[in-house]
Amino acid sequence: MKTYLPIAVAVALLAAVPLFTSSNVVLNFLVAALLIALAGQGWNLLGGYGGQYSFGHAAFFGTAAYATAILQVRYGINAWLGFAAGIAAGTMVGAIIGALTFRSGLKGSYFSLVTLAFAEVLRIVASVAPITGAGVGTLIPLDLHARAFQFQSRVPFYFIALGLVALSLIVVRAVENSRFGAYLVAVRENEDAASALGVDAFTVKLCAITLSAAITAAAGCFYAQYFLFIDAGIAYGPWISIDALLAPIVGGAGTVFGPLLGALVIKTLGEGTKLITGDAPGLDLVIYGLLLVGVVGLAPRGIAGLLTAIAGRSGRSAAKLEPGNG
Amino acid sequence: MAEVLLDIENVSKRFGGLLAVDDASLRVAAGRITALIGPNGAGKTTLFSIISGFQKPDGGRIVYDGGDIAGEPPYRLARRGIARTFQIVQPFAGLTVRENIAIGAHASHRGRAEALAAAGEIAQSVGLAALLDTPAATLTVAGRKRLELARALAIAPRLLLLDEVLAGLNPSEIRDMIPVIRAIAERGIAVLMTEHVMQAVMSLAVHIFVLAEGRVIAEGTPQQVAADRRVIEAYLGHGAANRTTAGAAHG
Repeated sequence: MKTYLPIAVAVALLAAVPLFTSSNVVLNFLVAALLIALAGQGWNLLGGYGGQYSFGHAAFFGTAAYATAILQVRYGINAWLGFAAGIAAGTMVGAIIGALTFRSGLKGSYFSLVTLAFAEVLRIVASVAPITGAGVGTLIPLDLHARAFQFQSRVPFYFIALGLVALSLIVVRAVENSRFGAYLVAVRENEDAASALGVDAFTVKLCAITLSAAITAAAGCFYAQYFLFIDAGIAYGPWISIDALLAPIVGGAGTVFGPLLGALVIKTLGEGTKLITGDAPGLDLVIYGLLLVGVVGLAPRGIAGLLTAIAGRSGRSAAKLEPGNG
Repeated sequence: MAEVLLDIENVSKRFGGLLAVDDASLRVAAGRITALIGPNGAGKTTLFSIISGFQKPDGGRIVYDGGDIAGEPPYRLARRGIARTFQIVQPFAGLTVRENIAIGAHASHRGRAEALAAAGEIAQSVGLAALLDTPAATLTVAGRKRLELARALAIAPRLLLLDEVLAGLNPSEIRDMIPVIRAIAERGIAVLMTEHVMQAVMSLAVHIFVLAEGRVIAEGTPQQVAADRRVIEAYLGHGAANRTTAGAAHG
């Protein structure tokens, strides 16, 4: 249980924030960061631990967001059930894309490009299909009741987002300490060597993309409930695929806390840029690009890797902070 | 001959115009070391890849433990007890020695802690105990060869394929490695090794098959093989057998 202690501490710290501030600006900022941390944790499982770099996590995010919204708006399904169904739908898309790409042996940049293509095809279909509201998008009608998964205050949303992030941290930590996690890392490091040791690489990767999709799908469902509006560009747009991979890479891919750290950093930078320059379109992407160059060049193992290295240098006891992180 | 664990019957493999393995047949028995030797490009590594499932043979049968395994994927063969090392070492570079070996140990240990503990014991048996927590990327060539061996042993194999585990080692490292390999066979594991270090092959192997241009040209005990004219010619070129025997007569 010792390995779960850092998660408990981090979640407790974040849970204390509403005690000190009820500012909607702060809470909105943190909810947005937690949303990216959650979507990024999904990417991290497949990309960070499994070495399969997806450029199309929007496919899972968007499908989940649309499923949640459409089930409520068009079929009158309860929002909480819609939330669960959204996760199931996103997970299924993950399993299908995984089965198709991994069965055909796609690796490296080929895998990345095909996942990008899947997300783009879904975006284009969603922007014309009547069921998604096509170009107009889908608006979830305002109904500020807990049973409709809508709240007057930002605080309940904040705690739900935090709860989902906490759950994702626990899941990834559990994977890290399991045989499945060891096999996943082995596939990342060297697929041939792994299969010579009895690792069924296809099944391992398929399980990873399915679980990865489920986590990112939860972020999509949450987005739909939080903003109550989605269109094709939001749900399946490249922005979420980019945020989902940028957060773990900046924070430390293949570490439990990487996505959370990275999400806080890129959201801070993004908001900071807006404060200084106004809302110049595309400028946040320029900043992200520079950040990515900086991280890859200077700290290839992300912030978590940097912290571990500093901790390792300044004392042996500090290394215990991040047990099991490779 | 002891109980035959692996029986390769008339296996062929073609890469385009090159017949890499040509109707090769050989047998490996449990609990002893069989060697597969031959000049560079003879098809040894291709044959290893076929046995371990990384390549599919174009023809022939590979009977292991009573069943034909030709064309089965590597992970399934590994689960049936066929382990291999790679000639070009393939460590999980980002992991420690212990974590590397644990991947193999997971085959029989589901829990992480048990697998890591088993990895420690296996490292002991190949002389890597002192390096357990070292990243695999920082190992020397000799260390990486031992790691290949340890990982393969970790799946508790019945048949172990060693693809040039001594290549790239200096004489003292080779001397250290020989008893390790011998001890593996003494535990009842069938070992099939390819090797260019003849001194090691001669001292380790009970039975040797010689492959040249994809065909098995000779087999027998180390003494029989060393004296075989076809083997000498395969290694040293046409007419070499005559020259060496003539040279021996003059000297």
